[in-house]
Amino acid sequence: MKRCLIVDDSRVVRKVARRIVEDLRFEADEAADGAQALEFCRKTMPDCILLDWNMPVMNGIDFLRALRREPGGERPTVVFCTTENDMSHIAEAMRSGANEYIMKPFDSEIIESKFNEVGLC
Amino acid sequence: MNSQDFDFVSQLLRKRAGIVLGADKMYLLESRLAPLARKEGLPSIDDLIQVVRSRRDERLITQLVDVMTTNETFFFRDKTPFEHLKEAVLPVLAQARKGQRIRIWCAACSTGQEPYSIAMMIDQQPALTGGVPVEIVATDISERCLERGRQGLFTQFEVQRGLPIQMLMHHFTQQDDHWRVSERIRSMVTFRKMNLMDPSYTLGKFDVIFCRNVLIYFDGPTKTEVMNRLAQSMNPGAFLMLGAAETVIGLTQAFEGAQDRRGLYKLSSKAVKAA
Repeated sequence: MKRCLIVDDSRVVRKVARRIVEDLRFEADEAADGAQALEFCRKTMPDCILLDWNMPVMNGIDFLRALRREPGGERPTVVFCTTENDMSHIAEAMRSGANEYIMKPFDSEIIESKFNEVGLC
Repeated sequence: MNSQDFDFVSQLLRKRAGIVLGADKMYLLESRLAPLARKEGLPSIDDLIQVVRSRRDERLITQLVDVMTTNETFFFRDKTPFEHLKEAVLPVLAQARKGQRIRIWCAACSTGQEPYSIAMMIDQQPALTGGVPVEIVATDISERCLERGRQGLFTQFEVQRGLPIQMLMHHFTQQDDHWRVSERIRSMVTFRKMNLMDPSYTLGKFDVIFCRNVLIYFDGPTKTEVMNRLAQSMNPGAFLMLGAAETVIGLTQAFEGAQDRRGLYKLSSKAVKAA
């Protein structure tokens, strides 16, 4: 079973996202900010990461840049999932190594569609 | 709604749009007609149907048919048809057409995601058509859907269903809460109002027809009629793309399966001879 790390500072969003990715047959893990996520990845590199942008301690874009510098950090498929919905944020995310981008609010259809795009399901 | 009213509306839909509405679809009728009744300032669905029956108001009948058509669509829906187009259709046509333009028809295009998906694919991979010009004609029975298609304006939700983010970045610009497909892509698609049930339509001959998830709403004889008419609108060597749950088997001999590709059909040699 593939592992998906859900990184979001909102417990509610993590709960909703967990339910969706579990329905897509992923094993879900959670982190509340970029720093926690980086720590998790250093121990266990997930197959994919659903990543919020604005979070305390370390935001999503800084986490992504740090992740891609880690050994094996090029491997996870990273899908941003954020309220930042303008072209400049999307472009910055893609330049920094994101594989796909979801603009909140999301639902199961959007996550499934985006995961399909990047060959996750 | 009483059974007489239901029968009246279902016969109207069948006659005007070929839509077969079983008695189990009463809930669908009620849920879609209630907003129309409100919009028309009528107190109930019963009153709406009464007005349609007594006045035979064409504008109201058109709106009733419009709200009862299913407009579900999204970019690159089902993916496979677009792979067929890329791998097995466009390269063959590009060679066969010898520089002459390739004509593609999206029948029942709804709000335009299908023709725009094709346009984006061709725009990004011009080698697919070997530089042969392509014309995409998109038709639908619903003027409301066509108008949205012409505008090329999609919600945030719509651009996240089936559309890769790179394509959004490349072909769309943001307009407030919406995303607008580029002028370049819009100029590749012509939208026209057309009823597949109308025997008099004339759009010329096509090399590819996308008619997906349309026939499922028709009964057997109507499917046959519509498919035979599509065959008459095709050039020799043309392709027909149906939805994943649709088939020509048992309905017409105008088409034959193409290269074991599900949903993809070629005009049969019999149909070519008959033409």
